[in-house]
Amino acid sequence: MTKKIKNLNLNFGPQHPAAHGVLRLILELDGEVVEKADPHIGLLHRGTEKLIENKTYMQAVPYFDRLDYVAPMNQEHAFALAIEKILEIDVPIRAQYIRVMFCEIGRILSHILNVTTQALDVGALTPSLWGFEERETLMTFYERASGSRLHANYFRAGGVHQDLPAGLENDIAKFCETFPKIINDLENLLTDNRIFKQRNVDIGVVTKDDALDYSFSGVMIRGSGIPWDLRKSQPYDCYDQLEFKIPVGKNGDCYDRYLCRIEEMKESVSIIKQCLARMEKGPIKTFDGKISPPSKAEIKQSMEALIHHFKLFTEGYRVPKDEIYTAVEAPKGEFGVYLISDGSSKPYKCKIRAPGFSHLQSMDYLIKGHMLADVPAVLGSLDIVFGEVDR
Amino acid sequence: MNNLIDLEKKINSELTTKINKTSIKHNQIYVEIDKDDLIDVVLFIKTNKDTKFRQLIDITVVDYPEETQRFKVVYLFLSHEFNHRMILSYFINENELISSLTSVFPSANWMEREVFDMYGVNFKNHPDLRRILTDYGFEGHPLRKDFPLTGHSEVRYSEEKKKVISEPVKLEQNYRNFDYESPWEGTKYIKEISENNDKKN
Repeated sequence: MTKKIKNLNLNFGPQHPAAHGVLRLILELDGEVVEKADPHIGLLHRGTEKLIENKTYMQAVPYFDRLDYVAPMNQEHAFALAIEKILEIDVPIRAQYIRVMFCEIGRILSHILNVTTQALDVGALTPSLWGFEERETLMTFYERASGSRLHANYFRAGGVHQDLPAGLENDIAKFCETFPKIINDLENLLTDNRIFKQRNVDIGVVTKDDALDYSFSGVMIRGSGIPWDLRKSQPYDCYDQLEFKIPVGKNGDCYDRYLCRIEEMKESVSIIKQCLARMEKGPIKTFDGKISPPSKAEIKQSMEALIHHFKLFTEGYRVPKDEIYTAVEAPKGEFGVYLISDGSSKPYKCKIRAPGFSHLQSMDYLIKGHMLADVPAVLGSLDIVFGEVDR
Repeated sequence: MNNLIDLEKKINSELTTKINKTSIKHNQIYVEIDKDDLIDVVLFIKTNKDTKFRQLIDITVVDYPEETQRFKVVYLFLSHEFNHRMILSYFINENELISSLTSVFPSANWMEREVFDMYGVNFKNHPDLRRILTDYGFEGHPLRKDFPLTGHSEVRYSEEKKKVISEPVKLEQNYRNFDYESPWEGTKYIKEISENNDKKN
């Protein structure tokens, strides 16, 4: 007598702590082995691209904070660079250092979250408690510079919104001294941990060819051994003047990606230190009154400044007709903005290229043949944030 | 090809009739083709040893409702080997069917689903053309220029029916779009910082 065995369909998420947000994953299981994974996304879709088409360039910046809300300023950077390239604006050097510094702070923010929650997904609670304390410190830096912990709205085309408050540079420098110790603590807990290795080594292996075919970027492509980082290969702002290394993985599994992230945090600390050392007093945004708003003091004295202020906050600045794609190395991978301007003060089209979108797409390829318990481990190492996947 | 100009020459000489127009701007190469040549051109730039555009970065569509050829389909490619970016595009009519890139780049799968969802462009030979970002049972294509920003329907929890229901959008106040565009032209951008200005203020 033969028995018919039917595969089990399992609905993972959207309300599951290991789904990292609102992912609904339909898994087809044969026993405990995953046969097929079909991610359903879009539960956090807010129509960002449509909204941006209806806002002026300056009003569009906050939407970028809400994409990858773990590292908000990295997204703003891509948008600011796109506008700057079209308008051909030179950014003052101090502004470049401030922007790069905050991008690296964003990278640390994102990597702490990812590394610690990946550990949490495979059963280690302590790293997240230690890591989140550091994230809190970093977010106070965000708050002191921009006024808010998460949705900074700090970068502008032509520079940043305001100068750093007194004392912030010193506090960031102090943080750079204490933080490497925390990374070491995290590494002591995880890197040689038997359980952590058992759960991550040889899980979710990506070959070099597949990493290219599946449009991977960031840690996902470097973990597989391709030394590709936009900060090095297509440097923007002052990255070409800074010294840093690009950590590259060997096996392309979850464990290598974890190691890459840890190393990248160390490099980020060194970049922040270099920025602090080279930063000099000076202007923090372009002087062109047609693009960056005047100071309050100027408005009180100068008629022209008053007109500029009024025009900038009603009409906004106009961007000549052009088409451009700019990408930055966000913590999760290549974050790009494909911008089409039509000469008015609102973008005609703004397509956002989110790294997580292509990473999550490969879920089926990555998880096929793995056990059900490996799903959170693989998902964790993809570094998915739904703000940017769903847009 | 380490140089964009060489790359442009190479593409033009190898693909001759298939290329309508090429240009170089912002350190990127822009190529316009015909819709039917898509697969040939993409296969060439992916495999040729002098181009090696091994990665598809994104696919998107730009909507120009006034034009007869309404949609501009845009493909972004990246060559890691030569560090080049290419923007490939062609125009199509509203109901035209275009070929899917999934056989060449597996990552095109979701990108094409997104284009289908947002603009209603149909792909032939796509393995799984479903909506991706919008809700189950959604109607319309939100990123088309004629789709209203506020949408057509809104959802809420109904206390009587004890479930989430969908209703036409009711706004207390209509969406207002103020036209602030000034008829005056702005001045040219000032590159040099004038020190006199600083002293005055």
